[in-house]
Amino acid sequence: MAKSSARKSWAAVGLAASVSLVLAACGGDDGDDDSTAGGDGGGGDADCAFAEEYGDLSGTEVTAYSTIVAPEDEPLEASFDLFEECTGATVVYEGSDEFEAQLPIRIQGGSPPDIAIIPQPGLLASLVRDYDAVVPAPDEARANVEASFDPSWIEYGTVDGTYYGTPFGANVKSFVWYSPSAFEGAGYEIPETWDDLIALSDQIVADGGLPWCAGFGSGDATGWPGTDWVEEVMLRTAGADVYDQWYRHEIPFNDPQVVEAFDTVGEILKNDEYVNGGLGDVASIATTRFEDAGLPILDGTCWMHHQASFYQANWGEGVTVAEDGDVFAFYLPGIEEEHGNPVLGGGEFVAAFAERPEVQAFQTYLSSDHWHAERASHGNFVSANRTVPIDAYESPVNQLSAEIIQDEEAVFRFDASDLMPAEVGTVAFWTGMVDWVTGASTQEVVDSVEAAWP
Amino acid sequence: MTAAVPTPALQEELATVEPATITGRARKRLTSRWASLAALVIAVLWTLPTFGLLLTSFRPENDIRTSGWWNWFSDPQLTLDNYDEVLYGGTSLSTYFINSIIITIPSVIIPVSIACLASYAFAWMRFPFRDTLFVAVFALQIVPLQVALIPLLRIYVDADLNGTFWPLWISHTIFALPLAIFLLHNFMREVPAELMEAARVDGAGHVTIFTRIMVPLVTPAIAAFAIFQFLWVWNDLLVAITMATGAQDIQPLTARLAELSGSRGSTWHLLSAGAFVSIVIPVIVFVFLQRYFVRGLLAGSVKG
Repeated sequence: MAKSSARKSWAAVGLAASVSLVLAACGGDDGDDDSTAGGDGGGGDADCAFAEEYGDLSGTEVTAYSTIVAPEDEPLEASFDLFEECTGATVVYEGSDEFEAQLPIRIQGGSPPDIAIIPQPGLLASLVRDYDAVVPAPDEARANVEASFDPSWIEYGTVDGTYYGTPFGANVKSFVWYSPSAFEGAGYEIPETWDDLIALSDQIVADGGLPWCAGFGSGDATGWPGTDWVEEVMLRTAGADVYDQWYRHEIPFNDPQVVEAFDTVGEILKNDEYVNGGLGDVASIATTRFEDAGLPILDGTCWMHHQASFYQANWGEGVTVAEDGDVFAFYLPGIEEEHGNPVLGGGEFVAAFAERPEVQAFQTYLSSDHWHAERASHGNFVSANRTVPIDAYESPVNQLSAEIIQDEEAVFRFDASDLMPAEVGTVAFWTGMVDWVTGASTQEVVDSVEAAWP
Repeated sequence: MTAAVPTPALQEELATVEPATITGRARKRLTSRWASLAALVIAVLWTLPTFGLLLTSFRPENDIRTSGWWNWFSDPQLTLDNYDEVLYGGTSLSTYFINSIIITIPSVIIPVSIACLASYAFAWMRFPFRDTLFVAVFALQIVPLQVALIPLLRIYVDADLNGTFWPLWISHTIFALPLAIFLLHNFMREVPAELMEAARVDGAGHVTIFTRIMVPLVTPAIAAFAIFQFLWVWNDLLVAITMATGAQDIQPLTARLAELSGSRGSTWHLLSAGAFVSIVIPVIVFVFLQRYFVRGLLAGSVKG
């Protein structure tokens, strides 16, 4: 009895397996059919004048790969629709949180994506130098970028004199999040200068509150929000030129100007009277997840939180992000007038790994004014392209970001930790910030980061 | 049993029952009140985080973000929103759930079938270099699978298998075989030779012996290994994201689970619900095949 029932159950497993194999085979076929069927949809009702320069790409396929995953990938994929419709090409998009680790594996394995959207110029440079797999950007794409972007974007996408990476999205980090309704209730004004900011902080302390909240926690990347703080202040106390020397290591990391920037940040982040609103003491900054660090603003236990424009997605459902809503952001004011209005930001770059005409066309399209305006209209995106009208952006924070980026007075600089060598930018600087906020002195930290420079 | 001054109660117990075998004595010693209590405490401690995760997965988004699961007891609010979003929202784990099943079942059946045949041959057939070959197969177990990933991927790309389920099935088979052959070989070696001889006298060939005698006898071992392999493949992330690159539509649950929190962690509240979706099948498998699992473990450790 026992034996025969055992045999029956094995037979059942076998049957289930063969059924699922058949299902698998069918599933695969369906996928293929879909992609070829999508190819012959050239033409259509949409206004396709923009696509004339790309020609007819019917039946071709372009694979794109990036760090952008659900839910942020939906508007991104929607922005490719017009290109697909008008040229007949199919764009197969894939996003992964493991992007930085997986891209080199795919290149070495011989199956790189056609297009990769790379979030750090440093990664682009190492892909070019280590694997020789990146294809230079087409001349048309370069012309597009030169026409509509700040010249510094050409520089970030250039490695060893060749232009590879065309700008994709951008984000502005120089924001302080606050609650407009709480500010109004307490009678606080948005600070226009650094001195106003400190005066406001003192005012909040005098009124019995804790003005600032911060959190450096971010899994393997814990510490990066701290590097943003230092970079912001570095741009404001030392200026953009020194900032450039700093990330290029033309001045050492333990230069007195860097120490000054750290100490200026310390006046806020290491000040027991200022932090950590709703979260604990100074040391709690190291352990608080950056995603949650600004949330005390909602319940009034914290007043200000420095974080990039993308933090708007973290407020949760039912929170209005607007100038007259529950939360909004103001520009982190400058310190020294001579250094202008520095803007710290980040951005992504498009790099191609194949020279097929459809890939070149797609990279050119992604650098065009048409795509940047189209992408902006789908939301959740800021472009550094100066031709995109401000009202194309749906969210007030993105409008503000675009205003700041497009401002001719603005001095835009890329996140320095993304530009430094990986040993510093993604290791020593991050851990240094954690040590610093948990008690290490500025000098100890800058010395240790300097020692880690390759 | 010459313990110094045993308590009266213990003395009495010892006097009444003194089990003859080692296992009997071990069992006796483990069934004391204190051991049960300790087991209970450990069980509660080990289950508590899982329970917290389960409770979290049913809490509303804002509660998850702002307070720990234990706060649920003072403010009980439950919702199925997280599950709805995880299964049918932007990530639609339900699709990848099917993918996981499609990946896992062949990745268990193929290596187990091959390993059964191979270990029978290694255990009971005579051919030149048999032992050398066996050692060589098991030695492969020492090679970390990570070093094989990129070369394997290259082979798949050259063979134009990229973007199908085949790289996953083949890779999982390759990585499972050394251990599977080694384990099953040891079980098959333990089957008494007399059985084999008796069958041969009755006219049975290798095929009959294998199907009629060997497979039924080592079924618990096969099942135990199959469960191990199932859990390993189901929970695998590394092989999946390496071998299924460029083809999001064939990726398993684990690969999507890793992306669930969004590009910048804005939807991390979904993770607990996603975790429970992904452990449903392993838990079912474990509960129903537990019998074999424990038997297989014991057979490996106590015998001999």
